[in-house]
Amino acid sequence: MTQLPDLAWTSPRDFRVGPFAVTPVLTTEWTALAYALAAGKFTLMSLWAEDGAACMALHDYAAHRVAVARLEGLTDGFPSVGVHHAAAQRLERAAADLFGLVPQGAEDARPWLDHGRWEIAYPLGAAAPHPGHPPYAFLPVEGESLHQVPVGPVHAGIIEPGHFRFTAQGETVVRLEERFGYTHKGIDRLMQGASLARGAELAGRTSGDSTVAYAWAFAQAAEAALEADVPVRAFALRGIMAELERLANHLGDIGGICNDAAFAMMLAQTSVLREKVMRAAFATFGHRFMRDQIVPGGVAADIDSKGVAVLRALIKEVQNRFPPLVELYDNTASLMDRTVATGFAGPDLVRRFGAGGFTGRASGRDFDTRRDLRYAPYHTLKLDVPGREDGDVNARVWIRIREVEQSCLLITQMLDTLPHGPVRTDVEGVHEPREGLGVVEGFRGDILIWLSLDASRRIRRCHMRDPSWFQWPLLEAAIENNIIADFPLCNKSFNCSYSGQDL
Amino acid sequence: MELISNLILQGVQMILVLALAPGLTGLVRKVKARLMRKQGAPVLQPYRDLARLMRKEVVLATNASWLFRTSPYMIFAATWVAAALVPTFATGLQFSWTSDLIALVALLGSARFFLALAGMDAGTSFGGIGSSREMMIGTLAEPAMLLVVFTVALVAGSTQLSNVVVYMASGEVGIRVSMGMALIALIIVAVAENARIPVDNPGTHLEVTMVHEAMVLEYSGRHLAMIELAASLKLLLYMSLIGCIFLPWSIAPASAGPSAMLFGFASFFAKLVAGGVLLAVFEISTAKMRVFRVPDFLGVALMLGLLGTLLLFVSRSL
Repeated sequence: MTQLPDLAWTSPRDFRVGPFAVTPVLTTEWTALAYALAAGKFTLMSLWAEDGAACMALHDYAAHRVAVARLEGLTDGFPSVGVHHAAAQRLERAAADLFGLVPQGAEDARPWLDHGRWEIAYPLGAAAPHPGHPPYAFLPVEGESLHQVPVGPVHAGIIEPGHFRFTAQGETVVRLEERFGYTHKGIDRLMQGASLARGAELAGRTSGDSTVAYAWAFAQAAEAALEADVPVRAFALRGIMAELERLANHLGDIGGICNDAAFAMMLAQTSVLREKVMRAAFATFGHRFMRDQIVPGGVAADIDSKGVAVLRALIKEVQNRFPPLVELYDNTASLMDRTVATGFAGPDLVRRFGAGGFTGRASGRDFDTRRDLRYAPYHTLKLDVPGREDGDVNARVWIRIREVEQSCLLITQMLDTLPHGPVRTDVEGVHEPREGLGVVEGFRGDILIWLSLDASRRIRRCHMRDPSWFQWPLLEAAIENNIIADFPLCNKSFNCSYSGQDL
Repeated sequence: MELISNLILQGVQMILVLALAPGLTGLVRKVKARLMRKQGAPVLQPYRDLARLMRKEVVLATNASWLFRTSPYMIFAATWVAAALVPTFATGLQFSWTSDLIALVALLGSARFFLALAGMDAGTSFGGIGSSREMMIGTLAEPAMLLVVFTVALVAGSTQLSNVVVYMASGEVGIRVSMGMALIALIIVAVAENARIPVDNPGTHLEVTMVHEAMVLEYSGRHLAMIELAASLKLLLYMSLIGCIFLPWSIAPASAGPSAMLFGFASFFAKLVAGGVLLAVFEISTAKMRVFRVPDFLGVALMLGLLGTLLLFVSRSL
């Protein structure tokens, strides 16, 4: 086996303030990295293709540092990482669909994003007329008394489209196979050649419930690439927005999970709280989801003392009304009976896939970008990252409950120490190609955005990796040996994004 | 003369249950919504829904057979007849003398049989899942129901509901442990049979968790209206059954005058409202149980029914 390449590891403090130094690697070194990933030496943060190149972002979790390896000069493919390290499989398949760069030696050569309905094949690569695909071959299943239940992409409720192919023996799920790509919007292609302002808007529209986190990650990448000096007040405002977003989504999720166990009371209660968060966001930042509020260089608008008062009142109300709901959850035995021991995601799998957010933290992966790949304003704030080992639906609910409490405390801290000054700076100063990395903790987990700019600050390539890439595969594993009727509960407890990974 | 008055009584009863059934469903929904601090749809909404469904076109699956088209009417007819057998405001119903509690169980069983077949007819996977779950629930609920019937029949000395009601109202019964057990068993069976929480969720949109809704997913238009009306009737049937066996005092005897009839009607209405509110409170305070917990739940009903019957024999032989 080849020696590992000498990677240019970068600490979070460095890659957030300056352009990212990529490590060019040889084919053999690329494969060596794949083996190292499989052996658990680092965590795969993302894998993406560029024009004639393949890139991998790696996280050294022991030393809290990040590296990006790039394999250049590719014409038709690159050695598959997914064949050694399963977490890379879907990313590779997506890269192959977009660029026509085939992961060589991969076990699964089926398309991922491309359902054979695009007019052009490989839209970011050769962009040739589409030859059409053979029908998608679901994994074959053989055995006594097995039957298949196809669910979706059109569901009975108003939710995002995704196809779930259950193979069941009676009620017990033997295998779940997911198929996504139904919300493909061509964002990668739209990004190419876009201005920074347009890019920030596109990033904010990738996954609607995480618009703040996406816009922040994009802004971080752009600001790092262009070495912008963002005012401190902007950081604090971004932090407040991100925590409001987390608060709203977690409250919605906690109620939603209970509702999927037919305990509608909880959803009714948390929906009221969630709505209050949204209205406070509207009153303070002018948009319920705070879309387009974070821009490269700062934030779009400042808040006044009235906004601060609205937020303080909101936090007080949440802190008053949330504990009784937690008690209700904890004391409803029929609910506990559904959530405890359901949808278990093993710690080993979670670690191997590098799943972030509540999914990871509920299964013993103690990682939070806000603490471990720290960025402003969190370096000055007190943050307790909750963790559990049990990895079931109940654990994921409890992580959310603890994070709601933490978010309230964080917002209070930020309001107490809100610095004065401008909220936006100019990012137009650089006239050479630059690359930057942004990693932000969204409510689902770590969102990674890789940004490559040309000399006129137009986007050459923007890769956005949703946390769901590493969480969806775990759902497939978590549902095994559960009953089909428990799937909605497990699915809601993961609450992965469809839009965020279909791009 | 008596025959005519009995026939009129029977006719009034049949129209009454049909007219009140959607309102009861609407009431339960409304109370549930209010308890969750929501506005909720008006109590009369189910009537509007039925009217809307009747006007709408029927969309049939291409491979649906005659069974799929006829089942809604069979289900509705069987349930309606069953509901007509249970004394609501007066005893002495004409149908009572031709059929009894066991026929009631059989009628509901037939409706279930057709519904399960119709669920599988279109060949969708959800229909199949729903039918298999429904049959699992049915095989446990029916014996429990029969044991409740035996307990009641042994106490009252008859399986005919009119006789049972007259006996129960007479005060000869006193407080019996067996009857208490039968009541609890009957309530459990009623919850399961009517696809309520915690056995099934009537308000869910999650295909893979449904039981009753999964079987009727493919139905539309007047077919769906028939099935929804039958479901409402069934809920009303179980409430009037519990009411007439365990709270029989206000039910007018067959020969009573109009004032007693009116009082019987008013108290029936009150029983339905009370039952609807209690059901709503129960439903919002519990989560749905896992599918494989349902046998345990219904097993309790079965055991209570069995114990009730056995206790009667034991106490008699002493």
